[in-house]
Amino acid sequence: MIKFTPSDKKDTRSGFGAGLHELGKQNPNVVALCADLTGSLKMDAFKKDFPDRFYQTGIAEANMMGIAAGLTIGGKIPFTGTFANFSTGRVYDQIRQSIAYSEKNVKICASHAGLTLGEDGATHQILEDIGMMKMLPGMTVIVPCDYHQTKQATIALGSHKGPAYLRFGRPVWPIFTEGRKFEIGKIDTMIEGSDVSILACGHLVWLAIEAEAILAEKGIHAEVINLHTIKPLDAQGILNSVKKTGCVVTCEEHQINGGMGDAIAQLLSRELPTPLEMVAVNDTFGESGKPTDLLKKYGLSSDAIVTAAEKAIKRK
Amino acid sequence: MSQPDIAQLKKLCSQVRRDAVRMVYNCQSGHPGAALGCTEYMVALYFHILKHDPKFNMDAIGEDLFFLSNGHLSALWYSCLARAGYFDVKELSTFRNINSRLQGHPATHEHLPGVRVASGSLGQGLSVAIGAALSKKLNHDDRLVYVLMGDGEQQEGQIWEAAMFAAHHKVDNLIATIDYNGQQIDGPVDEVMSLKNLKAKWQAFGWEVLESDGNNLEEVIAMMDKAKSMTGKGKPVLNLMRTVMGFGVDFMMGHHKWHGVAPNKEEFEKAMAQLPETIGDF
Repeated sequence: MIKFTPSDKKDTRSGFGAGLHELGKQNPNVVALCADLTGSLKMDAFKKDFPDRFYQTGIAEANMMGIAAGLTIGGKIPFTGTFANFSTGRVYDQIRQSIAYSEKNVKICASHAGLTLGEDGATHQILEDIGMMKMLPGMTVIVPCDYHQTKQATIALGSHKGPAYLRFGRPVWPIFTEGRKFEIGKIDTMIEGSDVSILACGHLVWLAIEAEAILAEKGIHAEVINLHTIKPLDAQGILNSVKKTGCVVTCEEHQINGGMGDAIAQLLSRELPTPLEMVAVNDTFGESGKPTDLLKKYGLSSDAIVTAAEKAIKRK
Repeated sequence: MSQPDIAQLKKLCSQVRRDAVRMVYNCQSGHPGAALGCTEYMVALYFHILKHDPKFNMDAIGEDLFFLSNGHLSALWYSCLARAGYFDVKELSTFRNINSRLQGHPATHEHLPGVRVASGSLGQGLSVAIGAALSKKLNHDDRLVYVLMGDGEQQEGQIWEAAMFAAHHKVDNLIATIDYNGQQIDGPVDEVMSLKNLKAKWQAFGWEVLESDGNNLEEVIAMMDKAKSMTGKGKPVLNLMRTVMGFGVDFMMGHHKWHGVAPNKEEFEKAMAQLPETIGDF
């Protein structure tokens, strides 16, 4: 039996929009910038209620990142909004020099990440962004799993100091984290178990919860961890779980190279060598299609998590 | 605005040029050409035009702000910052050395007073300056934001994204300056990638454009005063400032070779002989 009952279904980007609007009410220093995707990023409410603090940059993301860096001088807290592809790869050098190296308090908010962008295809389905962003010194990287948590994460970033990358997506997805505490840099153990630690981020957290139910029917007790903060990693929280279970599955809507799984592999190889399997996109680009069809085709499904868990357990 | 003390500013120009050449010579690396070419501009800014506090506060509410987009002019900027009291002039001897706050290209990472953003990878400073100008408007702070760019840097696409934005959003508390020396690493700008009619381009983007001789101190000050008088009227202001790369050292003048090459001992001594020590070497 699936241990969480979704209260509703919404897209995570709407969680960002709601969180940003809330922040706008709470803090007059919060400003927002968008590169011609206000509707897609759900920034309309902020724009409507705080027009003096909203900047339309046009289709010019590099400039948007530089302006955001400059706005921090004088105490503003800028939130940039565009698709994940245009929030990272397109503007990597601007982020690196003007924001990360310069230690600017800019919040880079990125929608339509990963395969679940769907029909627009591989040009827009960035699967390398977590890797790029987590490599930058001082960059916080957060990948929330549902509407509610994306809203919480957005609000939390309003009082967080330093550059941060917030990654969310387009599809309507189950909401199941209401009433749960969100703290940047701390794992959230969704389901306790003893046989395998399933560490998931983003949309894959729900699939991990589904996988846990299938594993439970087979008599396997999986621990499901919502690893929303990929940097800084909650090393102690992860190690505590892995000490108990003895094997790990990582699940992410990202390339197998350079993503969250890589970060976990690095941690474990240094601190606690443990069998580890990765559910991720296997060094290939995506394609057009329905989000759920794409997730299945590229090996990001609850069944794939079950298979990976069984394999990890056998390797103990 | 008080009357400029031209004699004193000229002394500073000579000393700052000596500093910049010595810094590059000491570490045998850096960019003397454009540093020498923009000396009058930078000295005029820091010792006459800007309202600024060398005690240095990142947010600088109530102060004018300066951003150096073409970060390879770092030797010039560091000398002006030190001479203006941001840090001890002795620290200039650490330029480009390990464990120094005076990085090859300006950075905030080592907390050098006076620097508010890293620069060096070209094309980014105008965007940052626009952001800082917007922040000033939100804070009802009527001081101005200044930014210096290179002419080769005009080949970067981000410059034109920023140019479009500033005009569209009426960022009229901003004075940008282009070091129009016609040289870049691989040769004359016209041969590498011609900017054609740069003045017409900026005008077409919706900016007020002034032209000036950047190696004539009185004209630099007059042009910046004029630029200031044009702020607050709904348009960003650009000063297209013609300079001579390597100005003040005869064998460095006007040739792209001196973009990023350090002088040898003989060249250094020759340069020092042409730049009188006025305030005291570091």
